[in-house]
Amino acid sequence: MAEVLVLVDHADGTVRKTTSELLTMARRIGEPSAVFIGAGFDAAKETLARFGAEKVYRVESADVTDYLVAPKAEVLAQLVASAEPAAVLISSSPEGKEIAARLAIKIGSGLITDAVDIQAGEAGEVRTTQSVFAGGYTVQAMVTKGTPIVTVKPNSAAPEEVAGAAADEVVEVSISEGAKGARLTDRQPRASTGRPELTEAAIVVSGGRGTGGDFSKVEDFADSLGAAVGASRAAVDAGWYPHTSQVGQTGKQVSPQLYVAAGISGAIQHRAGMQTSKTIIAVNKDEEAPIFELVDFGVVGALFTVRPQAPDAIKDPKD
Amino acid sequence: MNIVVCVKYVPDAQSDRTFNESDNTTDRVGVDGLLSDLDEYAVEAGLKLVEGAAAEGADGGTVTVLTIGPDAASDAVKKALQMGAHAGVHVNDEAIHGSDAVATSLILAEAVKKIGSPDLILTGMASTDGAMGVVPAMLAERLGLPQVTLASELTVEGGTVTIRRDGDVASETITASLPALVSVTDQINEPRYPSFKGIMAAKKKPVEKWTLADLGLDAGSVGLAAAWTKVESFAQRPPREKGQVITDEGEGGTKLAEFLSAQKFV
Repeated sequence: MAEVLVLVDHADGTVRKTTSELLTMARRIGEPSAVFIGAGFDAAKETLARFGAEKVYRVESADVTDYLVAPKAEVLAQLVASAEPAAVLISSSPEGKEIAARLAIKIGSGLITDAVDIQAGEAGEVRTTQSVFAGGYTVQAMVTKGTPIVTVKPNSAAPEEVAGAAADEVVEVSISEGAKGARLTDRQPRASTGRPELTEAAIVVSGGRGTGGDFSKVEDFADSLGAAVGASRAAVDAGWYPHTSQVGQTGKQVSPQLYVAAGISGAIQHRAGMQTSKTIIAVNKDEEAPIFELVDFGVVGALFTVRPQAPDAIKDPKD
Repeated sequence: MNIVVCVKYVPDAQSDRTFNESDNTTDRVGVDGLLSDLDEYAVEAGLKLVEGAAAEGADGGTVTVLTIGPDAASDAVKKALQMGAHAGVHVNDEAIHGSDAVATSLILAEAVKKIGSPDLILTGMASTDGAMGVVPAMLAERLGLPQVTLASELTVEGGTVTIRRDGDVASETITASLPALVSVTDQINEPRYPSFKGIMAAKKKPVEKWTLADLGLDAGSVGLAAAWTKVESFAQRPPREKGQVITDEGEGGTKLAEFLSAQKFV
C-alpha cells in the first residue's frame, strides 16, 4: 500500500491532536508515514505509534527549524520524490497552509485546503469535503494533477488508536539558500491560560459586544464546561479580549461539539468561523439577533441575569 | 520603494454567494462584487510605507495595485486608486475563468515581473470568497522570494522588512531582506476611506489592461481546464433547523442548564 505523508504538528515533541486526526484519516488512503521536523522526537514517538504511523521521517537540521515555512516545503518535496506517497496531509493552520502552498508549486501538484473530510474513492483516489461561503455550502473536490496535497481542519475526525511501528528514519536534507530568506528573530511565548486550544476544543464559549467588556462571566462559564474562550470581532476591536481568541472570518474557524455565543449578534463574518459547530447555543438581549437563526437553543435575555444562574445549575443540574 | 499590492474582486459576503451550475465555479457575475475588505489593509499598508518614506524626504516610491478578474473587477482597482494607489493593472482574459490558486499565482507572478521588479509585494491575509490563504505563499515560491505573512505590524528599514506576527502560542518577529512578499492581517491598520479629492484624482490615474498574451501566457496554462483540482459537486447546506428560543423570565439559566444536561454536555 502506498504511503501517505503526514506532517507532524508539534511543540518540542508534544504532538497536537490534529496530527492524530490526520494519521487516522491517512489510513483511509494508505499507510501513514509521519514527517517529524525539529527537536523532541523521543517524546513524540509514542503518540505517533499509537495513532498508526508505520514510519517516521525525522529531520532535525537547524536549517529547517530557524527559517519558517520555505525549508519545510523543501523537506516535503524531497520526501515526495523519494517515497512517492499517495497523498500529503497537513494541518490547516496558517503555517500548514503556507507549507502546502509552496509544496504544491514545487512539485506541480494540486492543493485542497481546509478539508473537513477525506475519503478514498472507488479507484483509491483522494476525495475531499470542504465547507465554503461561511459554511453555507459543502463542496466535494479532488486533486487532478500530481500528488494530492490536502490541508485538513482540526476536529475533522475522531482520532482512532491503531498500533503502528513508528520506525524512524533520519532524513538528511539539503536546504537551498533561497529558502532561508525569512528568519525568525524573536519569539515571545504567550502565558498559557490553562484552557483548551480554541480550534481543538470540544466546547467553545465566546463573548461579544453584549458582554460590555466583562469577560469574567464568559470565562467562568467556559471553565465550568472545560471549554475554550472565544471572542467576536467587536469584542476584540474594543480591546476586551486578545485577537488570538477571535472567532470568525479573520480569526479562528472553529467546529466544536458545542458553541456558546454570549452577547454576539452573529454577523456573517462571525458565522464564517463557527457555523459548522455541531450544537449552537446563544444568549442575547436582542431577540432579532441573527445568531438565533442558527441556534439549537437560545435564551433571549441579558447576559448577566441568565449567566449567574447557569453555572451553579450546571454543576449539579439534578439538584 | 516600489510596491505592488495584489487585490481581489470578490462577491459581497452580505449577498447570496453561490456557484455556477454549469461548471461548479464561484458565481462572480450574478452577485454584487467589491474589493475584498481584507485587501484594503494591504493597500493601506502600502500607502503608509510610501507616505512614510516621502515624509522623511526620500523618494517615496509608488504603489501599483494589481488584480485579476472579469470586467467588473476594475471596481477593485478603482477603489484602491481612490484610496491613493498610484497606478493599476487589471489582467482580464476570458481564458482565466475558473482558474485555481495555482493558476492565479502564475498569472500574478508574470504580471509582477512585467510591472518591473518591485521592492515589496503586499497582499491581504486571504480572500473573502475562496479564503484559502495560499496565493501569497505560492506567489513567493514562483518569484523565488521570501515570504513574511500575517503581519500585524510592518516596518521597512535599510532594505530589510520586519514584521510582527501574533500567533496562538507566541508573538513572533520575522525579518527578510527585500525584495520580499508580505501578507497583512486586519489588525495592522485602519484602511482609509477615499476622500473626494482621492475619488477625483483616481479618474486620471493610469490603469493598464493586460491579457494573457500580454504576459506571454498560454490560455491552456490557466482556467478551469488547467486547474490541478476539481470541484465535483456542491450543495447548499440545509438551513439549520431552528431550535428552541426562550425568553428569560428568571429561569433562563436553569433552562439552559437543563438543555446542556439533556445533550450530555454536563
